[in-house]
Amino acid sequence: MRSDRGQSAPLGLKIAAGCGLLFLHLPILLIFVYAFTTEEKSFVWPPPGLTTQWFAVTWNRPDVWQALSLSVRVAAISTAIALILGTLCSAAVSRTKFFGRETISLLVILPIALPGIITGIALRSAFSLADIPFSFWTIVLGHATFCVVVVYNNAVARFRRTSGSMIEASMDLGADGFQTFRHVVLPNIATALLAGGMLAFALSFDEVIVTTFTAGQQQTVPIWMLEELIRPRQRPVTNVVAMVVMLVTLLPILFAYYLTRDGDQIAGSGK
Amino acid sequence: MSLDATMPRATAPAILPGSGGTRGALSDLFWRRPQLLLLLMLLPPVLWLGIVYIGSLFALLAQSFFSIDEYSGLINRQFTLKTYGDLFQAANLDIILRTVTMAALVTLASAIVAFPIAYYAARYARGRWKALFYLGIMLPLWSSYLVKIYAWKLILAKEGILTWLLAKLHLLWLLDAWLSLPVVGGNSLSVSFTGTFIVFVYVWLPFMILPVQAALERVPGNLVEASSDLGASPGQTFRNVLFPLALPGIVAGSIFTFSLTLGDYIIPQIIGTSRLFIGQAVYSQQGTAGNIPLAAAFTVVPIIIMGFYLWGAKRMGAFDAL
Repeated sequence: MRSDRGQSAPLGLKIAAGCGLLFLHLPILLIFVYAFTTEEKSFVWPPPGLTTQWFAVTWNRPDVWQALSLSVRVAAISTAIALILGTLCSAAVSRTKFFGRETISLLVILPIALPGIITGIALRSAFSLADIPFSFWTIVLGHATFCVVVVYNNAVARFRRTSGSMIEASMDLGADGFQTFRHVVLPNIATALLAGGMLAFALSFDEVIVTTFTAGQQQTVPIWMLEELIRPRQRPVTNVVAMVVMLVTLLPILFAYYLTRDGDQIAGSGK
Repeated sequence: MSLDATMPRATAPAILPGSGGTRGALSDLFWRRPQLLLLLMLLPPVLWLGIVYIGSLFALLAQSFFSIDEYSGLINRQFTLKTYGDLFQAANLDIILRTVTMAALVTLASAIVAFPIAYYAARYARGRWKALFYLGIMLPLWSSYLVKIYAWKLILAKEGILTWLLAKLHLLWLLDAWLSLPVVGGNSLSVSFTGTFIVFVYVWLPFMILPVQAALERVPGNLVEASSDLGASPGQTFRNVLFPLALPGIVAGSIFTFSLTLGDYIIPQIIGTSRLFIGQAVYSQQGTAGNIPLAAAFTVVPIIIMGFYLWGAKRMGAFDAL
């Protein structure tokens, strides 16, 4: 596409693309303004005044801390499970061709390809048929299932770029399978796994639909927010939590982007 | 003997002995029998997904063939098609039709809004700008779903930003006129189908941009130039060159926007009217009504619709664009 260089876009296209991006970003920025508003009862715009007092109020709310702690624990354990299952699966799929390989990639993608409500109600009906009571672990079960795909996608992409001759060289030099894994394979896929783990964490931290079906009385942060959206108690606290949630999910995404960026550019230029 | 002295290493065995211990033995075993290693690697993920996920899906499917006793409210675990019959009651058909219409409109609008962004990112953005565009699409895609909906509540509420903006522009009469329309209107935008529609488009838009951008990136720039060299107007180039080549990407993106709209129940619950969508019907049937068979039968609807959709999309070559 050399002829494109130096050519600038038609004005209409620039405006349309710019408006599209604004449409995507303005609502998110808005959340940051509302976290500081002095208005308590309604969504009045522009904010009548700005204050930081709601951060202190939120800090002293035990229910917010409980939800946050549950969310972090669920996300951490689901991510750990997803990392193990996703890495195993991607290693198997990328190193050999075998019967049913396509089926396995479909199996990994399915929990996220089908609408969340189907995953949610399927798990719930299975729990009720099997008489499994709701607990911390039923939430983890659901989350880990759809987090596998993120780790899998990241790891498969990296495995495809890692050349097999490095592994052969390691074997030729006398390393056994475990040493090769530890010193050759793992350093190569480490950043992809870290990125996949970050995304899985963000995905689990934010998940609401599957959680409503697999949680009993426990509240994760999104469930807490959903509750506040339907039956508001203290709007400013919701505003502050919304801002915190935004930051907690965005930082891992930025970090994951940073981790996988270089590799993708190398892969792109090699084509 | 002198031979040995000149090349002492040659006598070392070409094949090294195993490194010893359980670890060495295991490593050798995997080397000799790669199938075994493959099996061990696949077993945990396949067992997990097979039992937890596919098992649950079958449990769900099985429940849709049960029925509920209308008097006792207990679930009758006998095979019947009665629940599917209930699905064809006017009220339930209404829900299905409303959801499918919304999904189709949302998909169409997403494609229209996504196209310029995707086209600009694919053809004109370079280097730093390209990275910025990529992040500009990825951040909204990954940022918290509920917070995004909440942000729109702040915008669409009666006392919210949109009303303020329109008041400043002296356009409130336009909003009032729109809200007084029968189906799309309501008390305020945050309790109307218009609001539901806008939020659906907003939340799923990045899912449309990415595949369209991927499809457009494969269109060589000189194809567009050739078209204009041959005297086509920009509109003709778009209709006859760009659009057909972007179509598999649009279809790929529409899989997401369509499927996600079919299944969602949070958006219409928070921003919308009291008239239900499929997701809300599923939720209320399994929750307050306790009618899990009907809820299960309802979820079969999006699965079947998506099955046909995916089949059609595959025939159009949309999967290559993913």
